Amino acid sequence: MNSATAGRPSPRFSQSVALVAEREITTRLRSKSFLITTGILLLLVLGGVIAGGIFSKSISTTTVATVGSLSSELSNVPGVEVTTVEDRTEAEALVSEETVDAAVLPSEKGAVSPVLIIANSEAPSLLVQWLSVSPEVILLDPENQSSPLSYIAALGFGIIFFISGMTFGPMIAQSVVEEKQTRIVEILMSAVPVSALMAGKVIGNSLLAFAQIIAIAALAVVGLSVTGQAEVLSLLGAPLLWFVGFFIIGFVLLAALFAGVGAMVSRQEDLGSAMTPVTMLIMLPYFAIIFFNDNATVLTVMSYIPFSAPVGMPMRLFLGTAEWWEPLISLVLLLVTTGLAVLLGARIYNNSLLKVGSRVSWSEAIKG
Amino acid sequence: MLQLDNISKTFGTRPALDGVSFSVRDGRMTGFVGGNGAGKTTTMRILLGVLESDAGNIQLDGKPLDAEQRRHFGYMPEERGLYPKMKVREQLVYLARLHGYTQAAAGRNADSLLEELGLGERRDSTLESLSLGNQQRAQIAASLVHDPAVLVLDEPFSGLDPLAVDTVVEVLKQRAAGGAAVLFSSHQLEIVERLCDDLVIIAEGSIRAAGEREALRAQHSAPRYTIVTSGDLGWLRDEPGISVLEFDGGHATFDAAEASASQRVLRRAVAEGDVTSFAPQRASLAQIFREVI
Repeated sequence: MNSATAGRPSPRFSQSVALVAEREITTRLRSKSFLITTGILLLLVLGGVIAGGIFSKSISTTTVATVGSLSSELSNVPGVEVTTVEDRTEAEALVSEETVDAAVLPSEKGAVSPVLIIANSEAPSLLVQWLSVSPEVILLDPENQSSPLSYIAALGFGIIFFISGMTFGPMIAQSVVEEKQTRIVEILMSAVPVSALMAGKVIGNSLLAFAQIIAIAALAVVGLSVTGQAEVLSLLGAPLLWFVGFFIIGFVLLAALFAGVGAMVSRQEDLGSAMTPVTMLIMLPYFAIIFFNDNATVLTVMSYIPFSAPVGMPMRLFLGTAEWWEPLISLVLLLVTTGLAVLLGARIYNNSLLKVGSRVSWSEAIKG
Repeated sequence: MLQLDNISKTFGTRPALDGVSFSVRDGRMTGFVGGNGAGKTTTMRILLGVLESDAGNIQLDGKPLDAEQRRHFGYMPEERGLYPKMKVREQLVYLARLHGYTQAAAGRNADSLLEELGLGERRDSTLESLSLGNQQRAQIAASLVHDPAVLVLDEPFSGLDPLAVDTVVEVLKQRAAGGAAVLFSSHQLEIVERLCDDLVIIAEGSIRAAGEREALRAQHSAPRYTIVTSGDLGWLRDEPGISVLEFDGGHATFDAAEASASQRVLRRAVAEGDVTSFAPQRASLAQIFREVI
């Protein structure tokens, strides 16, 4: 019509999405609360890694004084540092002045056990275990064994998914409500397609969440190798990679739902109750993994339900109870569910964005 | 030219618009007047594609309006809204980029607009830190930052002090002079009267009057004249075809049955003394408004 706009093409859909996502990211990165939360999360992971390092070191080296005849045999015990002494008197002296944790000596004739342990107040359990004759054990249900490390790993996956979901999910919903509450959404809708608006929000916030999760994973890997916990790393490495993969898809699933739910209310005050069903989807797997991380049946079920798979499947991989094809099937299930959730979220978003006032009901939001 | 043809919209069972048709011409300011709930905002939202109409169609330059063309519209919604915590210039740049501008071009547009609207010094303030009047200016800037060819402004003057109104009027007039089609609604009839070239009056969801302002005024005016002379106008009462409404010595207001009668009055008045004023009395917008709704 006139020269003002002639020839200037509208931005492509992808450009609009990128612009919206860019604004989401820059806005978040400038928010102090976001930076502080991220910092705390990273510190927690770092603290966990360091604590694990100290813990594993403290159990791994037990200093032992012994006489020549036993020293070569004891040196083969992992986690034992041997000091060879001349006789029992010297060994006892070292124990009482706490230079060594314990002394191991050949027992006097006629004793049940071939060796004798001398310690100050408590015998190092590692040593006792190693030197005891244990009966043969047959486990009928070996999957049910629980170790402190598997509990820590379960807690780690659970907490990280929980915190990320609870941080970024409501953040997406809030950013949708902010646009609705301030009514800028009308201007935005006249400028870009509604689907670009939602996609930009979901992608922008998801990218931030991914960056955060990758930073956490990297910190865990670097931390574990620096503090000399390579064994844990080799156990955790593959499950950690799967966790990142599951997390990325699982997060998009949550993000789409949060965006839809955010569009249903017009005021921040109403957001809490509207979000409840979606926050439950984050809370439940978190509590389930904490209470049932030693229950193989529950874990197997969890590892296939899309909402808990990001926590459940890496856990089973860590425990070594999943076949190689299981994470793939679970991943496909998650992908399909995520696709459906994006469609549902977009539908709710589309139908509710302009409805102001009281909360839009679920049936209204879905049917339109 | 933007042409609305038979637009209808029903909310639930309540009809909001019923066969609304009018046009907004390029290079002209079209005032859109109506009471609360008359259908102004609904019409504007449909124009922008924010709402869908149940029936009717809209054409831009003779072609059906599509989403792509709408992206070049400038829109100021009735409910004001920008990001409260974002800096003014940043929001404008963001909006211009959403409309397809490059970062650099968006920046240039934002800067010159902020200067024009007297917001230059507040460009790096967050929106929420501005006074209401300045927030309003920022809102207007947001609708103009992508050089729209069609401007749709819902109550652009509400909340502005008289000086700010003048600033905004100036900016809008420039846009119209540059060829943009401007549609604006307002409750402030004096501003509409002063500003608009064309006028559309809506009531209860249907258009009651539409056309050029002067034509509408002439159409709705009785053939009424005011005359002021140095002499006494006592003779006016006896003139055929004249009915006097007000009379006070040398000042009178009268209706003339036909134009020739008023000319006869003027000739006699000139013959009997000095005529200082003789003017047809046009209906004001407020009068037309009351008459048609």
